[in-house]
Amino acid sequence: MNNADKNQLKDVVFKYLGVFASLIGIILLTIFIASIISDGLKRIDWQFLTSLPSRKADRAGILTAWTGSLWIFFLTALISIPLGIAAAIYLEEYSKKNRLSRILEINITNLAGVPSVIYGILGLEIFVRTWKLGGSLLAGAFTLSLLILPIIIVATREAIKAVPATIKEASFGMGATKWQTIWHQVLPSSAGGIATGVILALSRAVGEAAPVIVIGALAYVPFVAQSPMDEFTVLPIQIFNWVSRPDAGFITNAAAGIIILLAVTFLLNGIAVYLRYRWQRHLKW
Amino acid sequence: MFKKIQIIILSAATIFLIACQGGNQQSDGSVNDLSGTINIDGSSTVYPVTEAIAEEFRAVAPEVRVTIGVSGTGGGFKKFSRGETVISDASRPMKESEAAACKENGITYIELAVAYDGLAVIVNPKNDWVNELTVAELKTIWQPSAQNVITNWNQIRAGFPDKELKLLGPGTASGTFDYFTEAIVGESGASRGDYMPSEDDHVLVQGVAGDENALGFFGLAYYHENQDKLKLLGVDGGQGVVLPTTTTVKDGSYSPLSRPLFIYVSSEAAKRPEVVKFVEFYLENAAELVGDVGYIALPSEEYAKQLAHFNEFVAKTVVAAGSN
Repeated sequence: MNNADKNQLKDVVFKYLGVFASLIGIILLTIFIASIISDGLKRIDWQFLTSLPSRKADRAGILTAWTGSLWIFFLTALISIPLGIAAAIYLEEYSKKNRLSRILEINITNLAGVPSVIYGILGLEIFVRTWKLGGSLLAGAFTLSLLILPIIIVATREAIKAVPATIKEASFGMGATKWQTIWHQVLPSSAGGIATGVILALSRAVGEAAPVIVIGALAYVPFVAQSPMDEFTVLPIQIFNWVSRPDAGFITNAAAGIIILLAVTFLLNGIAVYLRYRWQRHLKW
Repeated sequence: MFKKIQIIILSAATIFLIACQGGNQQSDGSVNDLSGTINIDGSSTVYPVTEAIAEEFRAVAPEVRVTIGVSGTGGGFKKFSRGETVISDASRPMKESEAAACKENGITYIELAVAYDGLAVIVNPKNDWVNELTVAELKTIWQPSAQNVITNWNQIRAGFPDKELKLLGPGTASGTFDYFTEAIVGESGASRGDYMPSEDDHVLVQGVAGDENALGFFGLAYYHENQDKLKLLGVDGGQGVVLPTTTTVKDGSYSPLSRPLFIYVSSEAAKRPEVVKFVEFYLENAAELVGDVGYIALPSEEYAKQLAHFNEFVAKTVVAAGSN
């Protein structure tokens, strides 16, 4: 076997290693989804979606949980999107490349790796106690916003960076101000990437249980929240609660709850992919 | 382009509004003018009982909002002592430090027992050498000094076969763990560390069901749901061997592995008729409902006694408030 043959062999070996590595994730996900669907799909019906919690597994529903998750999604979006995008624009377009901005950058990247329960403790002290928001939807949304801000900032910066410098220079060359350039050129051309980052971050917020349990989200809420100051529960808490019950019927309920949560997340991701597709098709350069 | 976004946002908002409407469908027409919010927090062990009561209470008083959290017994007491909750679920009596915190904030309260919970010691059904264990033997198995020492069934009792001992139990964060170690080893939290812990009791059930040499403990309700996969052991606490059953847990003879579950009600309740009504409803209906969630009811005269205590407590509080 000469050197060329060896290299050929390495090439083939690596190729199959790559195939194997990519398949692992897909296979595990397929097994997981198949088992969840076979456990829970038959449980999902109108009654399940519109009923309140109950001690009887077959009477219990997730109305308060999914509406709570929806509230959390929209409130968190309202808080985190403007803050995240504004911070990213500042860091990418305005801030000078000095030591302060480097420290900021390193911090934001590191914050993305802080365990979510830590954000819960922070939220409990700041929003629940100091701001006196109590265990309300608003306190939950602020806490989850903190959690996902780093993700949004990083994703937005990447999207802005991908805008060709020539576009910006052309805009400046036409006499546009920095803000005009950002508003009319940079943001529209990076909107697809920003939207993807934002929706992925929000999907994560919707799936979190630990930080919202810490700030005092409840397990049993017999009413649908009417205002951001209402107390709430979310799907992950309801699922967690059901999984720990002895009655096998609740395990089925938990599986059904997981399907709903997955469906919500997939739907959001679907919207993100669609938005990106739309925006990129409209780019005219 | 931006029209599209508007449409998306609008349709999302519409779905949202429809979702909010759902909350108004709850009134069942039952006539009751009680209203208000009752905030409850505390033990996740007691949670299913309180949830069952709250569920049935909706039919009686549809306008009263009962919310229940699961911060754990200690976490619940913390909120209770700050006056953030009016009822606290507890799987153990209040500690002195917690009582002091209540006193500091001027909160008086009453402790009411609402159900019994039994702990089951279980082995694999293929295990034919053991039917019961004494408390002393359980201590030999679980105490901290047993770590890496007691690893074989034949070390527990002469005559047990030479088989490896596999131990499973709840994780150290669980109230069940605290309770078991307190009752068996004599000190809450004192246990050997080389057992397989899981916060999910279903994992413990699977673990014992799948291993002939396994021994584990968890709430009796999990045994009842999985009777065909497990073998229940009797426990000898010095008065002979007792199997945990509804009767033996209820009359206290399954000792020391049965415990009462409590709710604590703050004196704030006396000012709020909906809370008084809820607690009365709790004690009147617990006998019927606790069985549904896998726990064991107190004898009915015991509920009557608790109810009398509670009414006395309310009357006293009202008098005290009036004299101020």
